[in-house]
Amino acid sequence: MRFRDLVRLSLDSAVRARMRSIMLLLAMSIGVAAVIALTSLGEGARRYVADEFQALGTRMIIVIPGRSETGGVSPGMLSGETPRDLTLSDALAVQRLPGVQRVAPLVIGSAPASVGALEREAPVMGSSSELMPVHGFVLARGDFLPPGDLSRDTAVAVIGNNIARELFPGREAIGGNLRIGDRRFRVIGVLADQGRMIGMDSQELIIVPVSAAQALFNTESLFRLLIQAHTRDDMTRVRDATIEVIKLRHQGEEDVTVITQDALLSTFDRIFTALTLTLAGIASISLAVAGVLIMNVMLVSVSQRTSEVGLLKAIGATRRQITALFLTEAILLSVAGAIAGLAVGYGVDWIVGNIYPSLPLNPPVWAVVMALVVAILSGVIFGLMPARRAARLDPVAALAGRR
Amino acid sequence: MIDLQNICRHFQMGDQEVRALDQIDVRIESGEYVSIMGPSGSGKSTLLNVLGLLDRPTAGTYILDGRETTSLDDEELAHTRARKIGFIFQSFHLIPRLTAFENVELPLVLAGVAPEVRRPRVQELLASLSLESRARHRPNELSGGQRQRVAIARAMVMQPAVLLADEPTGNLDHISGAEVLAAIEGLNAKGITLLVVTHDAEVAQRARRHIRMRDGRVVEDAT
Repeated sequence: MRFRDLVRLSLDSAVRARMRSIMLLLAMSIGVAAVIALTSLGEGARRYVADEFQALGTRMIIVIPGRSETGGVSPGMLSGETPRDLTLSDALAVQRLPGVQRVAPLVIGSAPASVGALEREAPVMGSSSELMPVHGFVLARGDFLPPGDLSRDTAVAVIGNNIARELFPGREAIGGNLRIGDRRFRVIGVLADQGRMIGMDSQELIIVPVSAAQALFNTESLFRLLIQAHTRDDMTRVRDATIEVIKLRHQGEEDVTVITQDALLSTFDRIFTALTLTLAGIASISLAVAGVLIMNVMLVSVSQRTSEVGLLKAIGATRRQITALFLTEAILLSVAGAIAGLAVGYGVDWIVGNIYPSLPLNPPVWAVVMALVVAILSGVIFGLMPARRAARLDPVAALAGRR
Repeated sequence: MIDLQNICRHFQMGDQEVRALDQIDVRIESGEYVSIMGPSGSGKSTLLNVLGLLDRPTAGTYILDGRETTSLDDEELAHTRARKIGFIFQSFHLIPRLTAFENVELPLVLAGVAPEVRRPRVQELLASLSLESRARHRPNELSGGQRQRVAIARAMVMQPAVLLADEPTGNLDHISGAEVLAAIEGLNAKGITLLVVTHDAEVAQRARRHIRMRDGRVVEDAT
């Protein structure tokens, strides 16, 4: 039998049994669509988190005061020592290290901000002019913190869009006076709507010079030190040098935790990849169910077409040809179902993508390939048994419609 | 042409052995026109199935066209059926989703004959059976007589040496039945070996040789 004839005959049989074929297509397409949609979600979540990290700034090294030991007990804990503060002078020392492009100290707190009778609680971030390039903040209007001596306590503030709207309703915030805690600041800039950064909403933020924040919260210690390396290749060197210099300044005690963006990112990457794989596994159960359904429906089809099989045998069809006819039909149906499922899956992605534009929804290539391969394989595996049953029918009994 | 020697076909029914064919010895020469008659259960259908290579005899030798067939495997049997034997059934056995043309074409498709070779051959056959206007119709749009003529065309399309007809007029009225018989007798006149199994004495009388069966044995073989 010629391949084209084989496909034509099988297709004809599938098209003629419309209801049966529609049910099979439905089952298979739901399975494939589930794999596509769920892995897209997992992959989307992964990419979303990766983008958030990108928003944190590139080539970034973060210094956190205190040593987080993951194994064993640190000597400091036994001797009852507390970690030393991370200070502005540590920041200045790191600034001088080779490979370091920028250093932005961070002091974070929350304080009441008021203009006249309007008052609200707002997160306050103390930093330097370097914060803008390191963190990737964008200004809507006005200026960012002025560059200069970190220890100079200038009374200026850059505020988020929402703060500007709420505290300066109907008028320009820039040039206005703002009271934070018991200190007065002049507003010099407004941040653009940039969405959320990790844990911080730039629209709800007040940024002041680091020494002003230290005075405000009455602290010498920094919450974080953000370091930007010149190039990606400098990252390791800068990280090691940073640990070294701070250790030296803290009487030989390694009492800071230094994390690179890459390390964080790869951890999250692993977590989300595992999540996506799990989702794919769950979704492929529905593919297996669809496969079992194919087997069932094909078995029914074989018994309905018993006398047809008998006739085929009478006019000289071999077992192999009859197997091929039924198997091709099952495979055609599962391939068509897989293609329909791809369309539905991508359709779901498109719709969800329009509702939540910030979630990048695209199925990973391996998931698409896997869904198609599993769909077609289940057509082959679950189609084989009914096809062989058809091929083994006794021609005399089959012609009489008996099995 | 056909040489049956001591053919037996036994079935096991519960603990009882049924001898559907019991030591049959029949020789049929090329171009003969044979009717096989007998009451229900006499073994005539089983004989036809054995002759058509659909059923294997329990014992005995069947030589078709000079070749011993009882030792052939399934694959070889299928090929022999395709090339040497044409079947016509009481209930036509057309595939309902295929057109008359496609039903006739089916044996050629299975044999892997190229479309450009198949098409003229099928068209010619349909024309010779006055079916050219019905080629694009499906079986449910055809009359009984037309359906059986489509089945004859399908049986003939591989140009077999033997045509086996199992009650070919059983589901037809008198006029359609006569048409169908005329068609297959026309083929016999051109040289094909024709075997007709029937209940109908009038149909059986038209053959040149009459085999009568009872309880799995040939009780009469007359010309």
